[in-house]
Amino acid sequence: MAVVPQASPRPKTRADTPASGRRGRRRIDKTFYAFLLPGLVLFTLAIALPAVTGIFYSFTDSVGFGQFGFTGFINYIALFSDPSIRSAYGFTIGFALVTVAVVNAIAFLLAIGLTARIRAKVALRAVFVLPMVVSGIVIAYVFNFLFSNSIPAAATALGFGPLESSLLANPDWAWLAIVVVTAWQAIPSTILIYIAGILAIPADVYEAAALDGASAARQLRSITIPLTAGYILINVIIGFKNFLNSYDIIVGLTNGGPGTSTTSIAMSIFNGFTNGDYAYQMANATIFFLIAIVIALLQLRATRGRSGL
Amino acid sequence: MSTQIPLATSTTSGELRGRDADSVKAPRAGRPERFNWPVTIALAVCSLAVLIPLYVTLTMAFKTTSQAVDGNAFSLPAPFTLDGFVQAWNLTTFPRSFAISVGVSAFTVVGTILLSAFAAYAISRNWDRRFFRWSFYYLLAALFLPFPVVALSQVKLTGLAHLDNPLGVAILHVMFQLGFSVLLFTAFLRSIPDELEESARLEGATTGQVFWQLIFPLLAPMSATVGIFAFLASWNDFVMPSLITSDPAMQTLPVLQQIFQTQFSNNYNVSFASYLMAMAPAILVYLFTQRWVMAGVTQGAIK
Repeated sequence: MAVVPQASPRPKTRADTPASGRRGRRRIDKTFYAFLLPGLVLFTLAIALPAVTGIFYSFTDSVGFGQFGFTGFINYIALFSDPSIRSAYGFTIGFALVTVAVVNAIAFLLAIGLTARIRAKVALRAVFVLPMVVSGIVIAYVFNFLFSNSIPAAATALGFGPLESSLLANPDWAWLAIVVVTAWQAIPSTILIYIAGILAIPADVYEAAALDGASAARQLRSITIPLTAGYILINVIIGFKNFLNSYDIIVGLTNGGPGTSTTSIAMSIFNGFTNGDYAYQMANATIFFLIAIVIALLQLRATRGRSGL
Repeated sequence: MSTQIPLATSTTSGELRGRDADSVKAPRAGRPERFNWPVTIALAVCSLAVLIPLYVTLTMAFKTTSQAVDGNAFSLPAPFTLDGFVQAWNLTTFPRSFAISVGVSAFTVVGTILLSAFAAYAISRNWDRRFFRWSFYYLLAALFLPFPVVALSQVKLTGLAHLDNPLGVAILHVMFQLGFSVLLFTAFLRSIPDELEESARLEGATTGQVFWQLIFPLLAPMSATVGIFAFLASWNDFVMPSLITSDPAMQTLPVLQQIFQTQFSNNYNVSFASYLMAMAPAILVYLFTQRWVMAGVTQGAIK
């Protein structure tokens, strides 16, 4: 989700309003601290503390419990020369780029359709948003069955060679199945954001274009796409960020295989306990965190630039 | 963003522009609506991509085991049977795992709404104080923190705190929902005029009374959005319970579906019946609350 921290939420602070009857800084009601602190304290314990301890352990040789020693940057140096880490990053980033392109192209076209003058608009929108609420792991299992059984059976019946064996068993093409299912689940929220963007375009812009004799294709190229550029940027950034975290759907389809051809970054980190390389995977997580921060900064810039604040 | 997305996305958009005239009912007599049939048909065809996997899930669940393994996923059940459901019910100890899933989701929904409404109220009414402003950005930072970064440490810490169970999972869900929810509530609270509160305070109401009797009821529509997202995130989640909960008997429904990949991999009718039972609650909630789901996505993204 994109965020634009709003610089000044209220036209003037409450201290300035005559109604508060005091000059300067009003005395704060202690109740407000009681309202804020539960969330703040729990959040610190459950999220900030684990993040900090994780970074701390990345400079040690801990296996996740018991004694440990400090090793400096050894984990980080080892990461950069580790072929399995390289392949996880290569797969995840490549997969995220392909999926972002696929998801946004399809979602944009569908959003244009869903804002046109169509029959059964509400029903169609409801259907296209539906995949958003289905559990990733469960729908991955359903697609797993389709890829392993139904599609090969249909391909054999039609005599279509390439798909007669399961896509999921093919080290070169298993990633494609993951793209399909990830897109299936990610397209709904992307559509909704595009619908909002398209509806924000004033109707008279289109009317003027139509009077000037612009064709539908020309209107798309010269009006719809430029005026929704900000929404495209948001969708691309949010999507890319989410796809970098891919895990559930991969578990349900290939479990990282065949071999390690579809092992994502998240998967390599989660295996840190079972493989006993806890500290090493914490270093991996820290690098991943740095990438996430870069993306977050991009996202803030993208949204701030067009939020009119 | 200057455009406020109205809560009822699909109905009010009609006033925004002619192209989005929502007409679900038959066109009124005397004013025949011109529909774009080619686009309608194209969208209907595209919607098959959504519906086919769900159709397969539904039909497979009602087949017999012998029909389910014949490889024809698109045939209708013949004979129609509930055997798959009976076996799935027993294999996943459905009553218990369903109760655990419901418990985790209920705790997440209530906890998220209360904690984030509290925090957002305090933040929005003290925006001129640095501590509250910075707390807001601090909580929002969670939106940018990928779960894998903190996962292993959380597994360790929940283990130490004896929270390696559904309660720990629910608490973590609340924490991960907090940033997004505080964002939505804060934005909403900014639109509530001060005058209401001022007059309540002049009559001697305390901050707590103002919140419970005035603010919290006003937040209801936003609480619905926040609650639905908290429900969907916790109900469908796989990775957190699978890592955090140590006792396999205390797992939530999505995690338990793994058994059909290993032990019962050829009883397709049983596994699909189980998938259906795991999916259905979220789909039902969505069908009743799609307005808020759609509004929540757009508001969260462009705020």
